[in-house]
Amino acid sequence: MLGKNILRLENFSPDEIRLVLQTARTMKKIIRGDVKKLPNLRGRAIVNLFLEPSTRTRTSFELAGKYLGADVVSINASTSSIVKGESLRDTLLTIEAMGVDAIVMRHKAEGAAEYASKVVKPVIINAGDGAHAHPSQALLDLFTIEQFKGRLNGLKVAIVGDILHSRVARSDVFGLTKMGAEVHLAGPKTLLPRFFNFDGVTVHENIDAALENADVVNVLRIQLERQQSGLFPSAREYARVFGINEERLRLAKDDALILHPGPQNKGLEISNALVYGEHSAIHEQVQNGVAVRMALLDLTLNGESK
Amino acid sequence: MNNLWEIHRAEIKDSLLIRGGRVIDPANEIDEIADVLIVDGKISAVEPDIKFSAQNEYNAAGKIVVPGLIDMHVHLREPGQEAKEDFVSGSRAAVAGGYTTVATMPNTSPVVDNAALVRSMVQRAKDVGIVNIKIIGAVTKNQKGEELAELRDMIDAGAVAFSDDGHFDDNAKIFMNALDYLHGTGKVVICHEEETSLVKDGAMNEGRRSAILGIKGRPSVAEDIAVARDCLLAEYTGGRVHIAHMSSARAVEIVRDAKKRGVNVTAEVTPQHLTMTEDLVDPTNSATKINPPLRTQKDCDALIAGLLDGTIDMIVTDHSPHAAEEKDREYIYAPSGFPGLETSLGILLTDLYHRNIIPLPKLISKMTYEPAKVFRLDAGTLSIGADADVTIIDTELEWTVDAKNFYTRGSHSPFVGRKLKGRAVATIVRGDLMKLL
Repeated sequence: MLGKNILRLENFSPDEIRLVLQTARTMKKIIRGDVKKLPNLRGRAIVNLFLEPSTRTRTSFELAGKYLGADVVSINASTSSIVKGESLRDTLLTIEAMGVDAIVMRHKAEGAAEYASKVVKPVIINAGDGAHAHPSQALLDLFTIEQFKGRLNGLKVAIVGDILHSRVARSDVFGLTKMGAEVHLAGPKTLLPRFFNFDGVTVHENIDAALENADVVNVLRIQLERQQSGLFPSAREYARVFGINEERLRLAKDDALILHPGPQNKGLEISNALVYGEHSAIHEQVQNGVAVRMALLDLTLNGESK
Repeated sequence: MNNLWEIHRAEIKDSLLIRGGRVIDPANEIDEIADVLIVDGKISAVEPDIKFSAQNEYNAAGKIVVPGLIDMHVHLREPGQEAKEDFVSGSRAAVAGGYTTVATMPNTSPVVDNAALVRSMVQRAKDVGIVNIKIIGAVTKNQKGEELAELRDMIDAGAVAFSDDGHFDDNAKIFMNALDYLHGTGKVVICHEEETSLVKDGAMNEGRRSAILGIKGRPSVAEDIAVARDCLLAEYTGGRVHIAHMSSARAVEIVRDAKKRGVNVTAEVTPQHLTMTEDLVDPTNSATKINPPLRTQKDCDALIAGLLDGTIDMIVTDHSPHAAEEKDREYIYAPSGFPGLETSLGILLTDLYHRNIIPLPKLISKMTYEPAKVFRLDAGTLSIGADADVTIIDTELEWTVDAKNFYTRGSHSPFVGRKLKGRAVATIVRGDLMKLL
């Protein structure tokens, strides 16, 4: 995967996904060890270009780079020349000219990371582009599911909530179906994309149908401004009809795993008890995120070329 | 290569004889091998083997000779947006594409919404004088959809039609007032049909492709609702409505039904909506970003059927150039539109004529006679005494679209790189021959 741009999971082969997960297992041991420093990316430079607010993804990539020995610089929207009206092309060319090896990019506009990959030569890692894709999040979801379930093939995975605006859902769908899982999407019809018909994916308007016998339930964040734009009537009603709580989770398998990309609105899309309950892998996801991002950086900057 | 495309005026004094081409003049139901004689800028004769020793002759054997093409929907960006285009660059693009008459939209800076501006644009068009530029005025002040613009003053100043193109007038009462107020003037209101709330922040068709890309959609039902409303208001008021750049299959049905009931409605379609689909949307290149958006094959098929059965009256380009730096950015932030004057005929000949989808006389009629009829223009025919606006087409000439060769200031076209078969090889405006090859 040397030099591969990480833009979306559609252009990953199942073998590449397996390689990332396998590498991440090694990386996780490093994170859990006392000395979190590898020499793999010593002398390499990575820029985190975050043009949209983010705490966990940015920190996760930053630490991943540092644990591998790279020099990492983070640029935020408010401190970049974008606020002075510099175009994305010029921002990218400026960063490239400083000699960086990879640009990790978060941007509001769908397709922005792929655009970047056509403008500059460093490896581009998409850390979220609008509602399009968030490949490292999907890979950490796959990693976490495999950690707890021992497999991905044949699992029933429910993804519930705001599918329409979710880059996580779009990336999960392609990652999971490639690995043989069955994906069930559910939420209010106003938050489901139309025309989303793919093999291995079922779209439900009734949340219970998606939860039934599920091995994994991935609960997406509901942004409160969606209520203001008229997509659902109130947080209270959302929580009652679509929120995931212990009672509703009984529809799923007894050992069902709960995921959430964070940050959670507790009491809205997910109950407080579930976040901290025995089914929850939510905090494990965060640690796995660092491992998966270490794997991605190592494989694209240091791995064998294919 | 550049020299080949350089437009140069042949030295003509008083007369030009176009020899031996296949003359297609839908207005006069002519489709035969004939000569066309032009004297003092007017069509003087159209018949086989004209015996006249003209100062200049053009050998059109093997070529198609048609009335100068008309495009009722272009954005030449004057006044105020000359970085995108101006009357000179736009006129050169028109000549290169075989167009002799173009009508430019008023969504400029400032908006052309009063007689003084119309008059100055009419004068500017005369001063540039390369092709015939017609001026379309705004329907409402500043195209805001709140108050009627001074429509009668603009008619007297030379406006050929009215449009708030760029967006839909949500206020049905104001739009109805415009139809009533213009009743009896013969002037047409050209309508951009996308219900505003349904397309807010949308950057492409709402469909399978937008579902994958996560880009906010502009659903076809937004167009259908708008077209239905305006057909109903045309029916109710007796006013004249012209539906701009149709893109939805359902909207074609709505117009077809309205026409059957005798409603005063006409419609246009662009080469891009006839031949391209949402599958071509590439979020790294904003060339395909247009409003209304590229839709599906089913829509393309319905638009072609509508063109063939007369539901859709004419083909326009919606030539919408932008500066390169405006288009070269994130897809959802880039402005909509691309330049179409120089590629239109080549695309239509390649994708519709050569594939036996639309016969040549029909295609020419949709680009000459029919727009002239709807907008009551003194153009679009080779009738004796008419202004000698003529386009000579080589339907077999193969060429590749290259933005480096564009005369327009726009550069981002989804047709760049296309290998095409057929194009204009000479454009004649009021007897003035501009050879292209």
